[in-house]
Amino acid sequence: MTTQALLQVLASGLLMGLVYALIAVGLSLIFGLMDVVNFAHGEFLMLAMYAAFGFVVATTLDPVIGIPVVVGVMFGVGTFVYAAIVRYAMRVKANVGMVQIFSTFGLAIFIQGAAQFFFTPDYRSIQASWLGGKTLDLGGVFLPWPQIFGGLVSIAAFGALYLLIARTDLGKALEATREDQGAVALVGIDKNRVFAIGWGLGAALVGLAGGVLAIFYYIHPQVGATFGGIAYVTVALGGFGSVFGALAAGVIVGLVEAISAMIFPPVLKHIGIYALYLGVLFFRPSGLFGKL
Amino acid sequence: MTGEPNQTRHGAILAAFSSARRGQLVRAALIFGLIGALPLVVTDAYLRNVMILTLMYAALSQCWNILGGYCGQISLGHALYFGIGAYATSVLFVNYGVIPWFGMVVGGLLSGALALLLGHLCFRLKGHYFAIATIVIAEIGLLLIHNWDFVGGALGIQWPIGKDSWWTLQFARDKLPYFYFALVFLIVIWLITFKIEDSSWGYWWRAVKDNPEAAESLGTAVFRSKMAAAGISAFFTAIGGGFYAAFVAYIDPESVMSFRFSLLFALPAVLGGIGTLWGATLGAALLIPLTEITRSYLGGSGSGLDLIIYGALIMLVSLMKPEGLLSLFQRKKGKPA
Repeated sequence: MTTQALLQVLASGLLMGLVYALIAVGLSLIFGLMDVVNFAHGEFLMLAMYAAFGFVVATTLDPVIGIPVVVGVMFGVGTFVYAAIVRYAMRVKANVGMVQIFSTFGLAIFIQGAAQFFFTPDYRSIQASWLGGKTLDLGGVFLPWPQIFGGLVSIAAFGALYLLIARTDLGKALEATREDQGAVALVGIDKNRVFAIGWGLGAALVGLAGGVLAIFYYIHPQVGATFGGIAYVTVALGGFGSVFGALAAGVIVGLVEAISAMIFPPVLKHIGIYALYLGVLFFRPSGLFGKL
Repeated sequence: MTGEPNQTRHGAILAAFSSARRGQLVRAALIFGLIGALPLVVTDAYLRNVMILTLMYAALSQCWNILGGYCGQISLGHALYFGIGAYATSVLFVNYGVIPWFGMVVGGLLSGALALLLGHLCFRLKGHYFAIATIVIAEIGLLLIHNWDFVGGALGIQWPIGKDSWWTLQFARDKLPYFYFALVFLIVIWLITFKIEDSSWGYWWRAVKDNPEAAESLGTAVFRSKMAAAGISAFFTAIGGGFYAAFVAYIDPESVMSFRFSLLFALPAVLGGIGTLWGATLGAALLIPLTEITRSYLGGSGSGLDLIIYGALIMLVSLMKPEGLLSLFQRKKGKPA
């Protein structure tokens, strides 16, 4: 194995890892805010990818232009799911743990079924785009532009998210609600509104990831299950609720996946990630950066 | 003794209680008797097939219920144990000629041991963390089986066609014996649950489920009772896997270990009522015929309609009737079974 080939593997892993981080951060954000795991997170991603595909089919414009539209749609989906489902799941009196898992889990199955029913199980892909098929040559290391774009979007999104949380009133409201749901009511913050915005934001972030991923990945009803699984592992690895943890863990997952794809046969490429997850589970149940 | 009114009152309560338990047993005997008589009325092969699957999922969901419902540890990875049972039974029978009855027990013991090991690893995790860990672990199992040539890899294992016999659990022509096997399997699980419900394990499990933090402070007895729940649940899930392998006579990784099975074990109990004696059976009686009929009459499982129905049902029931549909029948008595 030459150094160049190794660099190639690491660079691809890094770019994919940044996209994994972007997929996972919305899940982590919602968990941090209200201690709820969205088991339909992967299906949100799938919906976003279909939205991006639909945008291209309907307008014949480039998928990159469609990304803001997808993000907007997914913000709507997130707030709707909170208002229509999660809000009620949090009020249930009996079997609380079961309800918290199965209400969004049922939603995931429902969305998957609906996607199969309306869009058929066929694999689809966005055929032509500005970025598609072009690669960047970095001294013998070739990187496809769609993936580079994905990595850059992810870094920009994390930067913006940091500013949002640290510098804005909305960020302060999110942080305050996360600290003490009861006390925020005293200073005039409507907890339900903050939660709804949190869900919108979480879904918008995964929508952004879906918009990017749709440019270079196949779109089908099970795509959410594939990436959703990686997102749960990423969040568990980084620590549930930690935004920075999601970024770091996403990159680690991307790198480990790329390296294990080099060592194991292709079908086993996820085994490295899962092994890493089990290891962390054993030694640090709260994840690398979690504060439980 | 006669001078202690407390003692006699205590005795009277105990007597009333045990008569209530006896009542439950009588009712169970009636229900199972009625189910056992169903084939007299239903002779259609397709409908009998649906009944066999319904009983099997009722039993398997009750296995899941022992860990998920009574003990509150929601597993979404029971397909792992089911697959181990199916594979152990098939490999032993097809490659070594060992009868399925023995293979099932081997699969059960393997699964039980694995569940204890995983319990050691995972029982520190709470709620969602535990559920996610079980999904990932089952996924690892599926990946490994896929790439293990000794057990047929992605191709799977075909059972040879032989004479119908109870010895090899092969009934190619008349499937009725499978019906009775599944029914007895359900009765066994039911009786085990019934017995444990009233034992000290049952009390520990309720404590773990209702208040995990407080239960933890009670020490190792609780941990051991959780391990017992995991072991029993996994053992019988694997027995079910062995039965399923004999019933369908062909297995491959996806057809016994895919995530769909983990879901199908959890759903009946969730719909009917977790942590109850009859919830899983009621849920399976609704869900499995519904799925099979949707599949046959509304265009195959590829259309996604079955998933839409599952998903909508779970959402509605868990939001509107979190105690499960069984509670609809029990409101009059005002006492959950």
